[in-house]
Amino acid sequence: MSFVSVRNVFQSYDRRPILERVNLEVEEGEFVSIVGASGCGKSTFLRLLLADETPTRGTITVAGGAPAREPGRERGVVFQRYSVFPHLSVRDNIVAAESFPTGWGWFRGGKLRAARGRADEVLERIGLAHVAGNYPATLSGGMQQRLAIGQALHARPRILLLDEPFGALDPGTRVSMHEFLTDLRAETKMTVFMVTHDLAEGFKLGDRVLVFDKTRWDPDFPEAYGATITFDFDARDHGVPYQRILDKIPSLAAAAMPSPA
Amino acid sequence: MRLLNRHPSRPTAILLAALPFAVVLIAYAIGSEIRLAANPQDKLLPAPGAILDTAIRLFTEPNKRSGEIQIWHDTWASLRRLALGVGSGALISLILGVGIGLLPYVRRGFSSFVAVISMVPPLALLPILFIVFGLGETSKVVLIVIGITPFLIRDLSQRVLDIPHEEIVKAQTLGASTWVIALRVVLPQILPRLIAGVRLSLGAAWLFLIAAEAVAAEQGLGYRIFLVRRYLAMDIILTYVIWITLLAFVIDYALKVLARRAFPWMEGGL
Repeated sequence: MSFVSVRNVFQSYDRRPILERVNLEVEEGEFVSIVGASGCGKSTFLRLLLADETPTRGTITVAGGAPAREPGRERGVVFQRYSVFPHLSVRDNIVAAESFPTGWGWFRGGKLRAARGRADEVLERIGLAHVAGNYPATLSGGMQQRLAIGQALHARPRILLLDEPFGALDPGTRVSMHEFLTDLRAETKMTVFMVTHDLAEGFKLGDRVLVFDKTRWDPDFPEAYGATITFDFDARDHGVPYQRILDKIPSLAAAAMPSPA
Repeated sequence: MRLLNRHPSRPTAILLAALPFAVVLIAYAIGSEIRLAANPQDKLLPAPGAILDTAIRLFTEPNKRSGEIQIWHDTWASLRRLALGVGSGALISLILGVGIGLLPYVRRGFSSFVAVISMVPPLALLPILFIVFGLGETSKVVLIVIGITPFLIRDLSQRVLDIPHEEIVKAQTLGASTWVIALRVVLPQILPRLIAGVRLSLGAAWLFLIAAEAVAAEQGLGYRIFLVRRYLAMDIILTYVIWITLLAFVIDYALKVLARRAFPWMEGGL
Protein backbone atom coordinates (compact mmCIF):
# COMPACT_ATOMS: atom_id res chain seq x y z
CA MET A 1 0.00 0.00 0.00
CA SER A 2 1.43 3.34 -1.01
CA PHE A 3 1.61 6.40 1.22
CA VAL A 4 -1.12 8.45 -0.43
CA SER A 5 -3.73 6.37 -2.16
CA VAL A 6 -6.51 7.85 -4.30
CA ARG A 7 -9.07 5.21 -5.29
CA ASN A 8 -11.66 5.81 -7.98
CA VAL A 9 -12.50 9.36 -6.89
CA PHE A 10 -15.44 11.26 -8.43
CA GLN A 11 -16.38 14.79 -7.52
CA SER A 12 -19.33 16.80 -8.79
CA TYR A 13 -20.99 20.06 -7.79
CA ASP A 14 -24.78 20.12 -8.21
CA ARG A 15 -24.56 17.03 -10.43
CA ARG A 16 -22.01 18.80 -12.63
CA PRO A 17 -19.06 16.42 -12.82
CA ILE A 18 -15.66 17.98 -12.14
CA LEU A 19 -13.48 14.93 -11.61
CA GLU A 20 -14.12 11.35 -12.62
CA ARG A 21 -12.29 8.06 -12.03
CA VAL A 22 -9.17 9.59 -10.50
CA ASN A 23 -6.71 6.96 -9.34
CA LEU A 24 -3.32 7.74 -7.93
CA GLU A 25 -0.67 6.11 -5.80
CA VAL A 26 2.06 8.28 -4.35
CA GLU A 27 5.06 7.09 -2.33
CA GLU A 28 6.29 8.86 0.77
CA GLY A 29 8.72 11.68 -0.06
CA GLU A 30 7.54 12.17 -3.63
CA PHE A 31 7.00 15.67 -5.03
CA VAL A 32 3.95 15.62 -7.29
CA SER A 33 3.25 18.58 -9.55
CA ILE A 34 -0.29 18.94 -10.84
CA VAL A 35 -0.87 20.91 -14.04
CA GLY A 36 -3.75 21.46 -16.41
CA ALA A 37 -5.93 24.10 -18.03
CA SER A 38 -8.07 26.45 -15.98
CA GLY A 39 -11.20 24.75 -14.68
CA CYS A 40 -9.85 21.24 -15.19
CA GLY A 41 -10.36 20.35 -11.56
CA LYS A 42 -6.78 20.44 -10.34
CA SER A 43 -7.63 22.81 -7.48
CA THR A 44 -10.67 20.66 -6.69
CA PHE A 45 -8.34 17.67 -6.50
CA LEU A 46 -6.12 19.55 -4.05
CA ARG A 47 -9.12 20.44 -1.88
CA LEU A 48 -10.06 16.75 -1.89
CA LEU A 49 -6.54 15.84 -0.77
CA LEU A 50 -6.87 18.50 1.91
CA ALA A 51 -10.22 17.03 2.98
CA ASP A 52 -11.73 20.51 2.73
CA GLU A 53 -14.24 18.71 0.48
CA THR A 54 -15.29 15.08 0.50
CA PRO A 55 -15.52 13.26 -2.82
CA THR A 56 -18.95 12.17 -4.06
CA ARG A 57 -17.44 8.73 -4.70
CA GLY A 58 -14.17 7.04 -3.92
CA THR A 59 -11.66 7.37 -1.12
CA ILE A 60 -8.42 9.17 -0.41
CA THR A 61 -6.22 7.72 2.31
CA VAL A 62 -2.93 8.90 3.74
CA ALA A 63 -0.58 6.33 5.29
CA GLY A 64 -3.33 3.73 5.33
CA GLY A 65 -5.52 5.74 7.72
CA ALA A 66 -9.27 6.27 7.40
CA PRO A 67 -10.40 8.84 4.79
CA ALA A 68 -10.36 12.28 6.47
CA ARG A 69 -13.59 14.23 6.74
CA GLU A 70 -12.11 17.63 7.55
CA PRO A 71 -8.71 19.31 7.28
CA GLY A 72 -6.33 18.36 10.01
CA ARG A 73 -2.78 18.51 11.20
CA GLU A 74 -1.55 15.70 8.96
CA ARG A 75 -2.18 17.85 5.85
CA GLY A 76 -0.33 21.16 5.66
CA VAL A 77 -1.35 23.70 3.08
CA VAL A 78 -0.14 26.91 1.45
CA PHE A 79 -2.52 28.84 -0.78
CA GLN A 80 -1.73 31.49 -3.33
CA ARG A 81 -2.93 34.15 -0.87
CA TYR A 82 -4.33 34.48 2.67
CA SER A 83 -2.15 31.68 4.03
CA VAL A 84 -0.87 33.58 7.07
CA PHE A 85 -2.82 35.29 9.82
CA PRO A 86 -2.73 39.08 9.31
CA HIS A 87 -3.36 39.88 12.97
CA LEU A 88 -0.38 37.88 14.27
CA SER A 89 3.22 38.96 14.05
CA VAL A 90 5.57 36.91 11.88
CA ARG A 91 6.93 35.14 14.96
CA ASP A 92 3.46 34.45 16.39
CA ASN A 93 2.37 33.05 13.03
CA ILE A 94 4.99 30.34 13.52
CA VAL A 95 4.06 29.90 17.20
CA ALA A 96 0.44 29.37 16.07
CA ALA A 97 1.53 26.08 14.49
CA GLU A 98 2.30 24.86 18.02
CA SER A 99 -0.31 26.66 20.08
CA PHE A 100 -3.44 26.18 17.95
CA PRO A 101 -3.91 22.48 18.84
CA THR A 102 -4.12 23.37 22.57
CA GLY A 103 -7.43 23.95 24.33
CA TRP A 104 -7.36 27.74 24.23
CA GLY A 105 -4.95 28.07 21.31
CA TRP A 106 -2.69 30.14 23.53
CA PHE A 107 0.64 29.77 25.32
CA ARG A 108 1.68 31.74 28.39
CA GLY A 109 4.79 32.20 30.45
CA GLY A 110 7.63 29.74 29.97
CA LYS A 111 5.78 27.73 27.34
CA LEU A 112 5.32 30.85 25.23
CA ARG A 113 8.97 31.79 25.60
CA ALA A 114 10.06 28.30 24.59
CA ALA A 115 7.71 28.27 21.61
CA ARG A 116 8.93 31.72 20.54
CA GLY A 117 12.49 30.48 20.80
CA ARG A 118 11.71 27.57 18.49
CA ALA A 119 9.84 29.96 16.17
CA ASP A 120 12.94 32.15 15.98
CA GLU A 121 14.99 29.12 14.92
CA VAL A 122 12.47 28.45 12.14
CA LEU A 123 12.57 32.09 11.07
CA GLU A 124 16.36 31.97 11.05
CA ARG A 125 16.23 28.97 8.72
CA ILE A 126 13.71 30.53 6.32
CA GLY A 127 15.49 33.87 6.36
CA LEU A 128 12.81 35.93 8.09
CA ALA A 129 14.53 36.48 11.44
CA HIS A 130 14.99 40.19 10.75
CA VAL A 131 11.22 40.77 10.46
CA ALA A 132 10.11 38.52 13.33
CA GLY A 133 8.18 41.30 15.08
CA ASN A 134 6.48 42.70 11.97
CA TYR A 135 2.95 42.05 10.81
CA PRO A 136 2.59 40.05 7.55
CA ALA A 137 1.07 43.02 5.71
CA THR A 138 4.46 44.75 5.82
CA LEU A 139 6.18 41.77 4.11
CA SER A 140 6.68 41.30 0.39
CA GLY A 141 4.69 38.60 -1.40
CA GLY A 142 7.68 36.24 -1.50
CA MET A 143 8.38 36.69 2.20
CA GLN A 144 4.72 36.08 3.04
CA GLN A 145 4.77 32.81 1.09
CA ARG A 146 8.02 31.78 2.75
CA LEU A 147 6.37 32.44 6.11
CA ALA A 148 3.31 30.44 5.04
CA ILE A 149 5.49 27.47 4.04
CA GLY A 150 7.53 27.73 7.27
CA GLN A 151 4.31 27.87 9.30
CA ALA A 152 2.82 24.86 7.51
CA LEU A 153 6.01 22.80 7.95
CA HIS A 154 6.36 23.75 11.64
CA ALA A 155 3.16 21.77 12.29
CA ARG A 156 5.00 18.69 10.90
CA PRO A 157 2.31 17.51 8.46
CA ARG A 158 2.49 14.12 6.72
CA ILE A 159 1.84 15.75 3.34
CA LEU A 160 2.24 19.34 2.19
CA LEU A 161 -0.27 20.76 -0.29
CA LEU A 162 0.61 23.85 -2.33
CA ASP A 163 -2.10 25.58 -4.35
CA GLU A 164 -0.30 27.78 -6.88
CA PRO A 165 1.96 28.99 -4.10
CA PHE A 166 4.12 31.17 -6.33
CA GLY A 167 1.39 32.30 -8.73
CA ALA A 168 1.26 35.86 -7.42
CA LEU A 169 5.04 36.39 -7.31
CA ASP A 170 7.30 38.11 -9.82
CA PRO A 171 9.66 35.86 -11.83
CA GLY A 172 12.82 36.67 -9.84
CA THR A 173 11.19 35.97 -6.49
CA ARG A 174 9.70 32.83 -7.97
CA VAL A 175 13.14 31.42 -8.83
CA SER A 176 14.47 32.11 -5.33
CA MET A 177 11.34 30.50 -3.87
CA HIS A 178 12.05 27.40 -6.00
CA GLU A 179 15.50 27.16 -4.44
CA PHE A 180 14.03 27.73 -0.99
CA LEU A 181 11.50 24.96 -1.48
CA THR A 182 14.10 22.56 -2.95
CA ASP A 183 16.38 23.12 0.04
CA LEU A 184 13.57 22.64 2.53
CA ARG A 185 12.54 19.46 0.80
CA ALA A 186 16.03 18.07 0.86
CA GLU A 187 15.98 18.67 4.63
CA THR A 188 12.53 17.33 5.48
CA LYS A 189 11.89 14.61 2.83
CA MET A 190 8.30 15.80 2.77
CA THR A 191 5.60 14.42 0.48
CA VAL A 192 4.42 17.41 -1.56
CA PHE A 193 1.54 18.04 -3.94
CA MET A 194 1.79 21.29 -5.86
CA VAL A 195 -0.83 22.70 -8.21
CA THR A 196 0.69 25.11 -10.70
CA HIS A 197 -0.09 26.91 -13.93
CA ASP A 198 3.57 26.96 -14.84
CA LEU A 199 4.63 23.79 -16.68
CA ALA A 200 8.33 24.59 -16.36
CA GLU A 201 7.92 25.07 -12.62
CA GLY A 202 6.06 21.75 -12.39
CA PHE A 203 8.85 19.84 -14.14
CA LYS A 204 11.62 21.71 -12.34
CA LEU A 205 10.37 20.95 -8.84
CA GLY A 206 8.38 17.75 -9.25
CA ASP A 207 9.37 14.11 -9.26
CA ARG A 208 6.14 13.45 -11.10
CA VAL A 209 3.97 15.74 -13.17
CA LEU A 210 0.28 14.89 -13.37
CA VAL A 211 -1.83 16.43 -16.12
CA PHE A 212 -5.55 16.85 -15.52
CA ASP A 213 -7.79 16.98 -18.57
CA LYS A 214 -11.09 15.72 -19.90
CA THR A 215 -10.92 12.44 -21.74
CA ARG A 216 -14.40 12.79 -23.19
CA TRP A 217 -15.79 15.95 -24.69
CA ASP A 218 -19.32 16.70 -25.84
CA PRO A 219 -19.28 19.83 -28.04
CA ASP A 220 -22.98 20.45 -27.37
CA PHE A 221 -22.60 20.07 -23.62
CA PRO A 222 -19.05 20.87 -22.49
CA GLU A 223 -19.92 20.31 -18.85
CA ALA A 224 -21.15 16.77 -19.42
CA TYR A 225 -17.91 15.08 -18.38
CA GLY A 226 -15.34 15.63 -15.68
CA ALA A 227 -11.57 15.59 -15.87
CA THR A 228 -9.14 12.95 -14.79
CA ILE A 229 -5.38 12.34 -14.79
CA THR A 230 -4.44 12.00 -18.45
CA PHE A 231 -0.65 11.96 -18.14
CA ASP A 232 1.69 10.96 -15.36
CA PHE A 233 5.21 12.03 -16.32
CA ASP A 234 8.37 10.97 -14.58
CA ALA A 235 10.02 14.34 -14.03
CA ARG A 236 13.17 13.14 -12.29
CA ASP A 237 16.54 13.28 -14.04
CA HIS A 238 15.60 16.59 -15.68
CA GLY A 239 12.55 15.06 -17.28
CA VAL A 240 14.43 12.45 -19.30
CA PRO A 241 12.33 9.31 -18.91
CA TYR A 242 13.35 5.72 -18.24
CA GLN A 243 16.65 6.67 -16.56
CA ARG A 244 15.86 4.38 -13.66
CA ILE A 245 13.94 1.66 -15.39
CA LEU A 246 16.62 -0.87 -14.48
CA ASP A 247 16.04 -0.22 -10.76
CA LYS A 248 12.38 -0.95 -11.22
CA ILE A 249 12.70 -4.03 -13.38
CA PRO A 250 15.99 -5.75 -12.49
CA SER A 251 15.33 -8.63 -14.83
CA LEU A 252 15.68 -6.16 -17.67
CA ALA A 253 19.20 -5.38 -16.54
CA ALA A 254 20.15 -9.00 -16.88
CA ALA A 255 18.64 -9.11 -20.35
CA ALA A 256 20.21 -5.82 -21.45
CA MET A 257 23.71 -6.57 -20.24
CA PRO A 258 24.41 -10.28 -20.51
CA SER A 259 27.06 -11.11 -18.03
CA PRO A 260 30.41 -11.69 -19.71
CA ALA A 261 30.61 -15.34 -18.99
CA MET B 1 -7.80 71.23 -15.32
CA ARG B 2 -10.82 69.21 -14.34
CA LEU B 3 -12.59 70.20 -11.15
CA LEU B 4 -12.25 66.71 -9.73
CA ASN B 5 -8.47 66.91 -10.07
CA ARG B 6 -8.12 70.20 -8.21
CA HIS B 7 -7.04 69.89 -4.60
CA PRO B 8 -7.06 72.72 -2.07
CA SER B 9 -3.79 73.71 -0.40
CA ARG B 10 -3.52 73.14 3.33
CA PRO B 11 -4.57 76.63 4.50
CA THR B 12 -7.46 76.61 2.03
CA ALA B 13 -8.49 73.18 3.27
CA ILE B 14 -8.62 74.39 6.90
CA LEU B 15 -10.55 77.46 5.83
CA LEU B 16 -13.02 75.33 3.86
CA ALA B 17 -13.50 73.00 6.84
CA ALA B 18 -14.24 75.97 9.13
CA LEU B 19 -16.50 77.70 6.62
CA PRO B 20 -19.80 75.79 7.20
CA PHE B 21 -19.45 76.21 10.97
CA ALA B 22 -18.85 79.94 10.57
CA VAL B 23 -21.78 80.29 8.16
CA VAL B 24 -24.18 78.59 10.59
CA LEU B 25 -22.94 80.67 13.53
CA ILE B 26 -23.16 83.95 11.63
CA ALA B 27 -26.60 83.11 10.25
CA TYR B 28 -27.79 82.32 13.76
CA ALA B 29 -26.29 85.53 15.17
CA ILE B 30 -27.93 87.65 12.48
CA GLY B 31 -31.30 85.94 12.93
CA SER B 32 -31.11 86.33 16.69
CA GLU B 33 -30.09 90.00 16.32
CA ILE B 34 -33.06 90.77 14.04
CA ARG B 35 -35.60 89.08 16.34
CA LEU B 36 -34.20 90.64 19.50
CA ALA B 37 -34.19 94.08 17.86
CA ALA B 38 -37.90 93.65 17.14
CA ASN B 39 -38.72 92.19 20.55
CA PRO B 40 -36.13 92.16 23.37
CA GLN B 41 -38.23 89.55 25.20
CA ASP B 42 -38.02 87.08 22.31
CA LYS B 43 -37.13 83.56 23.51
CA LEU B 44 -36.85 81.70 20.20
CA LEU B 45 -33.35 82.75 19.17
CA PRO B 46 -31.42 83.87 22.27
CA ALA B 47 -28.22 85.82 21.61
CA PRO B 48 -25.01 83.73 21.48
CA GLY B 49 -23.75 85.66 24.51
CA ALA B 50 -26.88 84.73 26.45
CA ILE B 51 -26.43 81.06 25.56
CA LEU B 52 -22.84 81.21 26.78
CA ASP B 53 -23.97 82.77 30.07
CA THR B 54 -26.60 80.04 30.48
CA ALA B 55 -24.02 77.36 29.66
CA ILE B 56 -21.59 78.66 32.29
CA ARG B 57 -24.42 78.85 34.81
CA LEU B 58 -25.58 75.32 34.00
CA PHE B 59 -22.15 73.79 34.34
CA THR B 60 -21.04 75.63 37.50
CA GLU B 61 -23.98 76.75 39.64
CA PRO B 62 -25.81 74.17 41.69
CA ASN B 63 -29.58 73.92 41.48
CA LYS B 64 -31.16 76.06 44.22
CA ARG B 65 -33.62 73.41 45.32
CA SER B 66 -31.51 70.22 45.22
CA GLY B 67 -28.05 71.79 45.62
CA GLU B 68 -26.73 69.64 42.75
CA ILE B 69 -25.34 70.71 39.43
CA GLN B 70 -28.04 69.24 37.27
CA ILE B 71 -26.28 68.90 33.92
CA TRP B 72 -23.60 66.62 35.39
CA HIS B 73 -26.24 64.36 36.86
CA ASP B 74 -28.11 64.34 33.58
CA THR B 75 -24.90 63.56 31.71
CA TRP B 76 -23.99 60.75 34.08
CA ALA B 77 -27.49 59.21 33.89
CA SER B 78 -27.56 59.37 30.09
CA LEU B 79 -24.01 58.11 29.57
CA ARG B 80 -24.68 55.22 31.91
CA ARG B 81 -27.75 54.17 29.91
CA LEU B 82 -25.86 54.63 26.67
CA ALA B 83 -22.87 52.59 27.86
CA LEU B 84 -25.06 49.79 29.21
CA GLY B 85 -27.15 49.68 26.04
CA VAL B 86 -24.29 49.88 23.57
CA GLY B 87 -22.14 47.55 25.69
CA SER B 88 -24.75 44.80 25.93
CA GLY B 89 -25.65 45.29 22.26
CA ALA B 90 -22.00 44.91 21.30
CA LEU B 91 -21.57 41.79 23.42
CA ILE B 92 -24.72 40.10 22.10
CA SER B 93 -23.85 40.96 18.51
CA LEU B 94 -20.29 39.73 18.96
CA ILE B 95 -21.45 36.32 20.16
CA LEU B 96 -24.26 35.95 17.63
CA GLY B 97 -22.27 37.53 14.80
CA VAL B 98 -19.36 35.11 15.21
CA GLY B 99 -21.80 32.22 15.64
CA ILE B 100 -23.75 33.08 12.50
CA GLY B 101 -20.62 33.75 10.49
CA LEU B 102 -18.72 30.66 11.57
CA LEU B 103 -21.22 27.88 12.32
CA PRO B 104 -23.61 26.71 9.58
CA TYR B 105 -26.12 25.44 12.15
CA VAL B 106 -26.37 28.81 13.90
CA ARG B 107 -26.45 30.55 10.52
CA ARG B 108 -29.44 28.49 9.38
CA GLY B 109 -31.16 29.06 12.69
CA PHE B 110 -30.66 32.76 13.14
CA SER B 111 -29.81 34.71 10.02
CA SER B 112 -33.35 35.01 8.58
CA PHE B 113 -34.68 35.72 12.06
CA VAL B 114 -32.21 38.57 12.54
CA ALA B 115 -33.00 39.89 9.05
CA VAL B 116 -36.70 40.08 9.94
CA ILE B 117 -36.14 41.48 13.43
CA SER B 118 -33.94 44.25 12.06
CA MET B 119 -36.96 45.50 10.09
CA VAL B 120 -39.03 46.14 13.24
CA PRO B 121 -38.94 49.87 14.01
CA PRO B 122 -37.52 49.96 17.57
CA LEU B 123 -39.42 53.10 18.58
CA ALA B 124 -42.68 51.33 17.84
CA LEU B 125 -41.68 48.82 20.51
CA LEU B 126 -41.07 51.52 23.12
CA PRO B 127 -44.60 51.35 24.63
CA ILE B 128 -44.25 47.57 24.92
CA LEU B 129 -40.92 48.00 26.66
CA PHE B 130 -42.41 50.47 29.11
CA ILE B 131 -45.25 48.05 29.81
CA VAL B 132 -42.97 45.03 30.19
CA PHE B 133 -39.94 46.56 31.94
CA GLY B 134 -41.60 49.50 33.69
CA LEU B 135 -40.53 53.11 33.42
CA GLY B 136 -37.13 52.57 35.04
CA GLU B 137 -33.67 52.18 33.59
CA THR B 138 -34.22 48.75 32.04
CA SER B 139 -36.64 49.84 29.35
CA LYS B 140 -34.33 52.61 28.14
CA VAL B 141 -31.31 50.32 27.99
CA VAL B 142 -33.33 47.61 26.27
CA LEU B 143 -34.55 50.10 23.66
CA ILE B 144 -30.95 50.95 22.76
CA VAL B 145 -30.05 47.24 22.65
CA ILE B 146 -33.01 46.43 20.38
CA GLY B 147 -32.26 49.45 18.26
CA ILE B 148 -28.64 48.73 17.44
CA THR B 149 -28.10 44.98 17.91
CA PRO B 150 -29.71 43.65 14.70
CA PHE B 151 -27.59 46.01 12.62
CA LEU B 152 -24.43 45.04 14.51
CA ILE B 153 -25.19 41.31 14.21
CA ARG B 154 -25.69 41.55 10.47
CA ASP B 155 -22.57 43.65 10.04
CA LEU B 156 -20.39 41.36 12.16
CA SER B 157 -21.64 38.08 10.73
CA GLN B 158 -20.94 39.42 7.25
CA ARG B 159 -17.43 40.41 8.34
CA VAL B 160 -16.85 36.91 9.69
CA LEU B 161 -18.00 35.48 6.35
CA ASP B 162 -15.61 37.88 4.61
CA ILE B 163 -12.61 36.33 6.35
CA PRO B 164 -10.93 34.34 3.56
CA HIS B 165 -11.85 30.66 3.67
CA GLU B 166 -8.13 29.95 3.18
CA GLU B 167 -7.38 31.34 6.64
CA ILE B 168 -9.98 29.14 8.29
CA VAL B 169 -8.68 26.06 6.44
CA LYS B 170 -5.11 26.95 7.32
CA ALA B 171 -6.02 27.16 11.02
CA GLN B 172 -7.61 23.72 10.75
CA THR B 173 -4.48 22.25 9.20
CA LEU B 174 -2.56 23.62 12.18
CA GLY B 175 -4.88 21.60 14.39
CA ALA B 176 -7.15 24.35 15.73
CA SER B 177 -10.58 23.40 17.07
CA THR B 178 -13.73 25.41 16.30
CA TRP B 179 -13.32 27.17 19.63
CA VAL B 180 -9.68 28.07 18.97
CA ILE B 181 -10.52 29.32 15.47
CA ALA B 182 -13.27 31.53 16.91
CA LEU B 183 -10.98 32.77 19.66
CA ARG B 184 -7.64 33.17 17.90
CA VAL B 185 -8.50 33.69 14.23
CA VAL B 186 -11.99 35.21 14.00
CA LEU B 187 -12.33 37.25 17.19
CA PRO B 188 -9.16 39.36 16.85
CA GLN B 189 -10.01 40.14 13.23
CA ILE B 190 -13.61 41.01 14.08
CA LEU B 191 -12.98 43.31 17.07
CA PRO B 192 -11.88 46.30 14.95
CA ARG B 193 -15.02 45.77 12.87
CA LEU B 194 -17.06 45.74 16.05
CA ILE B 195 -15.62 49.10 17.04
CA ALA B 196 -16.32 50.46 13.56
CA GLY B 197 -19.87 49.12 13.79
CA VAL B 198 -20.37 50.65 17.24
CA ARG B 199 -19.15 54.00 15.92
CA LEU B 200 -21.69 53.81 13.11
CA SER B 201 -24.54 52.85 15.42
CA LEU B 202 -23.79 55.45 18.10
CA GLY B 203 -25.96 58.00 16.29
CA ALA B 204 -28.90 55.62 16.44
CA ALA B 205 -28.11 54.79 20.07
CA TRP B 206 -28.30 58.48 21.02
CA LEU B 207 -31.57 58.80 19.12
CA PHE B 208 -33.16 55.90 21.03
CA LEU B 209 -31.75 57.14 24.33
CA ILE B 210 -33.18 60.64 23.95
CA ALA B 211 -36.50 59.33 22.68
CA ALA B 212 -36.83 57.01 25.67
CA GLU B 213 -35.81 59.75 28.10
CA ALA B 214 -38.23 62.19 26.51
CA VAL B 215 -41.13 59.85 27.15
CA ALA B 216 -40.40 58.84 30.73
CA ALA B 217 -37.43 59.62 32.96
CA GLU B 218 -36.44 61.53 36.07
CA GLN B 219 -32.98 62.45 34.89
CA GLY B 220 -31.05 62.55 31.67
CA LEU B 221 -30.04 64.86 28.87
CA GLY B 222 -33.06 64.03 26.70
CA TYR B 223 -35.39 64.32 29.67
CA ARG B 224 -34.07 67.81 30.51
CA ILE B 225 -34.43 69.06 26.94
CA PHE B 226 -38.03 67.96 26.73
CA LEU B 227 -38.73 69.30 30.23
CA VAL B 228 -37.51 72.85 29.59
CA ARG B 229 -39.23 72.87 26.20
CA ARG B 230 -42.38 73.77 28.15
CA TYR B 231 -40.81 77.08 29.19
CA LEU B 232 -39.43 77.76 25.70
CA ALA B 233 -35.97 77.84 27.33
CA MET B 234 -34.08 77.79 24.07
CA ASP B 235 -30.84 78.82 25.77
CA ILE B 236 -30.90 75.68 27.92
CA ILE B 237 -32.00 73.44 25.03
CA LEU B 238 -29.25 74.73 22.80
CA THR B 239 -26.65 74.29 25.53
CA TYR B 240 -27.76 70.69 25.99
CA VAL B 241 -27.77 70.02 22.25
CA ILE B 242 -24.25 71.37 21.85
CA TRP B 243 -23.15 69.37 24.91
CA ILE B 244 -24.65 66.15 23.52
CA THR B 245 -23.00 66.77 20.16
CA LEU B 246 -19.68 67.31 21.88
CA LEU B 247 -20.06 64.13 23.92
CA ALA B 248 -20.96 62.11 20.83
CA PHE B 249 -18.00 63.52 18.96
CA VAL B 250 -15.58 62.77 21.79
CA ILE B 251 -16.86 59.18 22.16
CA ASP B 252 -16.54 58.62 18.42
CA TYR B 253 -13.02 60.02 18.38
CA ALA B 254 -12.00 57.97 21.42
CA LEU B 255 -13.22 54.77 19.75
CA LYS B 256 -11.31 55.65 16.60
CA VAL B 257 -8.08 56.18 18.54
CA LEU B 258 -8.70 52.99 20.54
CA ALA B 259 -9.12 50.96 17.35
CA ARG B 260 -5.93 52.36 15.88
CA ARG B 261 -3.93 51.72 19.05
CA ALA B 262 -5.32 48.28 19.79
CA PHE B 263 -5.15 46.84 16.27
CA PRO B 264 -1.89 48.04 14.71
CA TRP B 265 -2.00 45.26 12.08
CA MET B 266 -5.04 46.87 10.44
CA GLU B 267 -2.71 49.44 8.85
CA GLY B 268 -5.30 52.21 8.63
CA GLY B 269 -7.87 49.83 7.19
CA LEU B 270 -10.49 51.26 9.53
